[in-house]
Amino acid sequence: MSSLFNVPRTVRLLAMMGVSLMLAACATGPDLDPTNGIYDPYETQNRKVHDLNRDLDRAIVRPAARAYGAVLPDEVENIVSNFATNLDQPGVLVNSLLQGDLRGSGISLTRFVMNSTIGIGGLIDAATELGLPQHDTDFGETLYVWGSDEGPYVELLLLGPSTARDAAGRAVDFFTNPLGYALDAPEKYYGTIAGGASALGTRDRFASTIDGVLYESADSYAQSRLIYLQNRRFKLGQDTANTAADPYEDPYDDPYAN
Amino acid sequence: MTTPTQTKLTRRKALMFGFAASVVVAQPAWALSEAQARKLVDAVVRDINAVINSGKSEAGMIADFEQIFGRYADVPIMARYALGVESRTATKAQMTRFTKAFSGYISRKYGKRFREFIGGKIEVKSARAINAGYEIRCTAFLRGESPFEVTFLVSGKSGQDKFFNMFIEGINLLLTERTEIGALLDRRGGNIDQLTADLAKL
Repeated sequence: MSSLFNVPRTVRLLAMMGVSLMLAACATGPDLDPTNGIYDPYETQNRKVHDLNRDLDRAIVRPAARAYGAVLPDEVENIVSNFATNLDQPGVLVNSLLQGDLRGSGISLTRFVMNSTIGIGGLIDAATELGLPQHDTDFGETLYVWGSDEGPYVELLLLGPSTARDAAGRAVDFFTNPLGYALDAPEKYYGTIAGGASALGTRDRFASTIDGVLYESADSYAQSRLIYLQNRRFKLGQDTANTAADPYEDPYDDPYAN
Repeated sequence: MTTPTQTKLTRRKALMFGFAASVVVAQPAWALSEAQARKLVDAVVRDINAVINSGKSEAGMIADFEQIFGRYADVPIMARYALGVESRTATKAQMTRFTKAFSGYISRKYGKRFREFIGGKIEVKSARAINAGYEIRCTAFLRGESPFEVTFLVSGKSGQDKFFNMFIEGINLLLTERTEIGALLDRRGGNIDQLTADLAKL
């Protein structure tokens, strides 16, 4: 076991956080499209990545997810997903603390302790069974809480839709989970592996929704961009329903309508 | 015997009572109470569940769903918004045909996924007034899913309280349809008649 307080690593993490905060801060210039709240100056490049992601999904991810879902019983899929979620909790705890979210910190700490012990190392989500609410957050949200702008929309290779702020957050989240420092190889990779497997399970469970967006919509890029941004803003606590355009605003008295 | 002063007072009181009463009576017209919101949502859920449990073929269920959609949703305003700026240059006849095609397209698209709704329920959490009408926040419980948030927007501007938009975990469904219709229209060089004809087949 390496030390939790590994100094060079901690310094590196703090530097990463600083850089990502600066990156996210530069990524302003909100040329938002007022009708749909989208700021996408890198659309040409993003569309290329999107096409590649879609090809990868068609060739590898979707078939793998289908096999994963078909081979494993639902109970085993749940165990994998519980295990991955539990190993993420220390990272959630760190981010909750960075956000000054004491309630969230308490929940993630309690969840991690309960599920790691009576939940047999995280295989069973005992905390949920006992009525403890779910709690999830990431460094992208921490950046949001710290006041950084969302920045332009970006589609990341393999990881899919994101924003400048969330992409920076993802990079930092490789380092925010204390388990990465507390565990040695190969244990420290268990979380990543379980996370990947759990993602396949999610891809399979929501197959009809994801296939609908990726393969049945007229513009899968525009569709996934819109869905991602709206859902992400909702999760950050922004009131998407209240800020949406009002369809009644012009049409009923539109001079061209008759 | 009443003195003139007392009469005056009584009249003024009566006037005030009358005014207060009219405010109380008028209230339901502009503020949907939680109870009313619940009634509206419950009615839709009940009708959808009845269709699911009818044992009809998928085509039959989709036809029933289109009726429910027409009964509870302000389809003309939704179609107009989905079509976007093009709806300004469209003729009345074009809009009528497009609206009909849009209604069928939505019914098929969402009707196909009825199965996910089997055994599901929607609980109203709160209702409040917004610009166009009311916002009804609900929690949806579907089998094998974690509960998630669904928000309905309702307006009385068509003359009846009707749904005109729905948000699932923050995702604006009418806006996703506007994006989709916009992309379909672009592919057809902005030709609404071609779009309407093709929409009927989608």
